[in-house]
Parts: sequence; structure tokens; C-alpha cells
Amino acid sequence: MTADATPALVEDKQRTAAGPRVRKGSAYPRYLAGKVAGAAVSLLAVLVTSFFLFRLIPGDPVKTMTGGRQVSAEQLAAYREEFGLDLPLWRQFTDYCGKALTGDFGTSYQFRAPVVDKITEALPNTLLLTGTAFILYTALGIFLGTRSAWRHGRLGDRVNTGLALTLYSIPSFWLGLLLIIVLSVGIGPLPGMFPTGGMESGGEEGFAYVLDVAHHLVLPVVTLVAVEYGQTLLVTRSALLDEMGSDYLTTARAKGLRDDLVRRRHAVPNALLPTVTLIFINLGRTVAGVILVETVFSWPGLGGLFYQALSVPDLPLVQGLFFVFAAAVILMNTLADLVYPLLDPRVAR
Amino acid sequence: MTTTETAPGPRALARQRRRASVARFWRQYRSERAGLYGLTALSLCALLALFAPLFVGSDVSSVTQAPGRPMQSPSAEFPLGTDQFGRDLLGLVIWGSRVSLLVGLLAAVLSVAIGTLIGVTAGHFKGWYATVMMRITDWFLVMPTLVLAIALATVMSRSLTTTVVAIGVTTWPTTARLVRAQTLAVETRPYIERAQALGGGHWHIMSRHVLPNVMPLVLAQTTLIISSAILAEATLAFLGLGDPTVVSWGGLLQDAREAGAVSAGDWWYLVPPGIAIAVVALAFTLCGRAVESVLNPRLGVSR
Repeated sequence: MTADATPALVEDKQRTAAGPRVRKGSAYPRYLAGKVAGAAVSLLAVLVTSFFLFRLIPGDPVKTMTGGRQVSAEQLAAYREEFGLDLPLWRQFTDYCGKALTGDFGTSYQFRAPVVDKITEALPNTLLLTGTAFILYTALGIFLGTRSAWRHGRLGDRVNTGLALTLYSIPSFWLGLLLIIVLSVGIGPLPGMFPTGGMESGGEEGFAYVLDVAHHLVLPVVTLVAVEYGQTLLVTRSALLDEMGSDYLTTARAKGLRDDLVRRRHAVPNALLPTVTLIFINLGRTVAGVILVETVFSWPGLGGLFYQALSVPDLPLVQGLFFVFAAAVILMNTLADLVYPLLDPRVAR
Repeated sequence: MTTTETAPGPRALARQRRRASVARFWRQYRSERAGLYGLTALSLCALLALFAPLFVGSDVSSVTQAPGRPMQSPSAEFPLGTDQFGRDLLGLVIWGSRVSLLVGLLAAVLSVAIGTLIGVTAGHFKGWYATVMMRITDWFLVMPTLVLAIALATVMSRSLTTTVVAIGVTTWPTTARLVRAQTLAVETRPYIERAQALGGGHWHIMSRHVLPNVMPLVLAQTTLIISSAILAEATLAFLGLGDPTVVSWGGLLQDAREAGAVSAGDWWYLVPPGIAIAVVALAFTLCGRAVESVLNPRLGVSR
């Protein structure tokens, strides 16, 4: 957690120290252009990696695809041609890049459908799950982190930090499995209250459908929030602790401001600056965490799809999803970079 | 820390100084209560893993020689119950600690070694080498670590080496950045200039002056990374990307899920491996934070 927080801070320090001294007003467009260009290069690098990484695989993808069934040589050749595996490597690479830039990631081996269709089908479900979880764990993390720092060293702080660290050490998939056993299957006298998986029971319409999806959403969201809020809490807490020795807080108190006003109006807004970067980076990381939670709860999103693709392995689908996940993280990091100087103008200088 | 002696003459002096600094470190570490809990838990786990062959035979994972009936709940004979083959779960969890701890340690060592090498060299040599290395580091930094590790584990054959490599080569960039920043700070100190004036080469300066000064940071970083490496190992094993022939905690959880323990409500199959993972990961995190706050009290993590 501290390890993850440091790079961003280190980077910011270097940027302020080494960056050319331009007048404040003109710095942002140039900074923005640099960041966007950097993101584009990263995306391209991910594209290249996603191609070559999955050519490392030993053995014949066509054999994997047919799963040991008896197939004639003609059939194998037909498969090869269908998936473009008969072409030389450099042709496959240029084809892949060209098509990927137009949004075409090939055809899934197991679903016999365009990879893009499978991804666009699953994307809204993942956005619903991660979006809900993200809002909740960020709010919870900032709220508890602020309280913890303000009364640091007290019992409440120690309980908060301890609980956050413990939940942070728990594998998300294990927590999910336990929640299913306790709250879905039911244990002893406890009846099952929530569905074991999926996103809807089917056959519901209108408002009943919304309620049904919400009912299915509870356990996966609880799992994600439990394992993710700790990091936001710890970073908010240590950022606020750093801020608390500052002279301007003493001044604010000397003016006779009430304690909670000093906290809300002065300390927290300043301490939240480093947290903003982390919140965006966290959002990118949640994308990875969602793979496990969706697998455990059979949520029909990108993560569940990734798991299905891994077990075959369905290379075009794995490739496409790998690209989507990496792109999501790059996008989030870039957004963090773009928002940060708006909050703290020193950064873009 | 062990390669700091310079000449045969002052070696005794150096040893004495080192012993004093270890003692000082320990005195400060002892005042971190959470760190002590972590250390105790770790020592117990390490002893259990080392002496596992005394408690459980290596045939504990054998399906054909399973001692009990399938899916028995905890009893006097099997304190943690049995799995779908009738194997003793207590024995399996103890046996699994060997693989989980070993993979976690090796992956963390690999990760920190790569990170330190790149961090120190990128901080020492400026110019195009540092630029290229830091570009690569930045690029790895923006990649979702777990997704990259999963992808690597998918394309390589299922083995423990694969798991170690997949975790090791995806988690080093944070270490590289930290070490580079520290290297840059160390290299501005006057005694580096003195060493250069006396004819010390690149290798001499990096290994004798920079490395000993970054070592404490590296130590804290290793402790923190082991904890995430153990979680990553469990994750890969749970997704079916681990070595299927060995018993590990993540692998046990995957077995449990595949055997339908979740829908049948066989909680005793799921609880112990997960608790084991959580306890060890938490213990390493606590130790790492304690080491960090001893070395760098301004970090404020445990104030």
C-alpha cells in the first residue's frame, strides 16, 4: 500500500523539480498534450505485447481448440485458415494491429463469435459492478481514513487500521466463497438470503427487474468493497497525518474555528490531493480484482469472461480482454494525471 | 548487509559497528507491537512448514491412500475434516504451507532483485541507459500486475517456476522506482565524490557505497512484497494456473470449489486454507510496516 503510493509521489516530485519553469497559465495545455501522447504510446506498447505474449504459447492453438477430438488434416487446415494461423508471423502481426486499431480482435475460439461482441456484451455488467463498488469503497475509505487520522492513536483508529489491514490481507475470492456459504447457501439456522450467483433470476420486468439485479449485486459489491476500501483508508489517513502538523491548521484553530470546521474546510481538502491520484489508480486495479469476484459469483462481466477464456485457453478472447484491462488502467492513470494539476497547480509547472 | 567489509584490518571494527546497528534496529523494532505479533506468527508458520514432514507424511496428498471417507466434517480423528477424496485436511493445510511460503519468498526475492538491479543501475548511470530503464519501469507500472501475471501464467506451462516467474517479473517496478530515488539521494553525498576521486569504479561505488545504503529500504520492500506475492500465488492457483501436482493453499481452495464444497455448504473445507493465507499475508504486512517505521519514522504509517 505504501509501496504503491510512493511511485506517484516520487514522480510528482521529480516533475516539479526537473520540469521547465513555464508561466502558470500556459503550462496546462502542454502538460495535457504530453500526458495524452504518453498514454497513446503505452496503449500501442500494450497492443504489441498482447500479440507477442500470446505467441509464446507452446503447442498448436488449433489442437487446443479442437480439444483432442479426432479431426482430419483438411479440417485442421481449414481452422488454420479461418483464424489466420497459416500466415507468416509478421503478416499475422500487421493484420492483428491493423484490425485491432479498427476495433476488431478476431473471433473467439470457443464462442465462434467476434471477440468485440463478447466484450461489449459483458462490459455494462462489469461497469455496474465496479462502479457501485468503487463509489462505496472510496466514500467509506475517505470517511474512515479521515476519522482515523483525526483521532490517531485512539482505540477507534487502531480498530480501523487493524480491520483495514486484515481485510486487505484476505484473498477476495475466499471472502466471496465464504459469503456465499453463509448468506446464500445458509449455515445452520441461518437461511440463505442472497442468490449464489448470476445477475438476474430471469422473467422479471420493469422495477422488479431492477430490484432483482440489485439483490444479485449485494454480495459481489460487499466483497469488492471489503477488500478494496482499506487502501483508500490508509492513504487518506497518512496524507491527513502529514498535513496535521501544518502551521495553517494552528492558525485556523487560533482564529477560534471549531475543530470539525478546521478538519472539513482546511485539513481534508489539502490532504485529499494525493488521494485523488490513488483513487483513479485504484479504479484501474479494481478491474483486475473484479476478475476473481466475477468468477466466484458467476457475474456475466468481463472478469467472468476472462476466466472462461483462460481455462480453454481461448487466445483471441484472452488477448482482447488483456488489452481492455490494460487500456482501462492506462486510461485511469492518464485521467488522474489530467485532473491532478487542476487541483494542485504546482504539478503542471 | 554482509558485504560491507573493506580491508582485513578494520574488519573487526566493521563487524562491531554492524552488530551495534543490528542491536539498535532490534531495540526500536521491539517497541512496535504489531510488528512483534507479525514476527511471532511468521516464526510459528516457518517452523510448521520446515518441520511439516514430522507431523504429516509426504503421502498426505495421495488420493489412493486417503485415510477417511469423502467430505467428513471436523471430528476428533480429522480435526479439520476431510476433502472429496477422504484426505486429511489438517495435514494438507500444513503440507500446503511449504509451497505457499516457498513460492511467496522466491517470487518476492526475484521481484526485489530485479527492482534493485534496475533501480541502482538506473540511478547510478545517467543518460540513455537510465532513460530506457525508467521508460520500461513506467510501462510495467501502468500495467495491471495481476492481469499480466495471469497472462504470463496462461502462456507458460503449469509449474512452480512459472508461478514464481510470473509474479516476480510483474511486481518489480515499485521497488525499482524506490531504489532509484534512494540511489540518487545517496549519490549526492560527499563521500561518493571522495570514493570517485580515489579511483573507485562504477562497480565499487554501486556495491560498496550505494547498495549498503539502500539495503534497509530493500528489506522493508521485500517484506511487503512477500505478502502480495503469497496472495498472488493463491490467486493464480485458484484460477487453475498453478502447478496441479503440488498442494498449496490456493490450490486447496480451487479443489474445494471444483468439488462443490460451496453449494453443499462444506465450510470446513474452505475456511482453513483461506485463514492460513490471510494470517501469513497479514503477518508479513505487519512486519514490513514495522521495519518501515523503524527505518523511516517520518512515513507516518503507524503513528
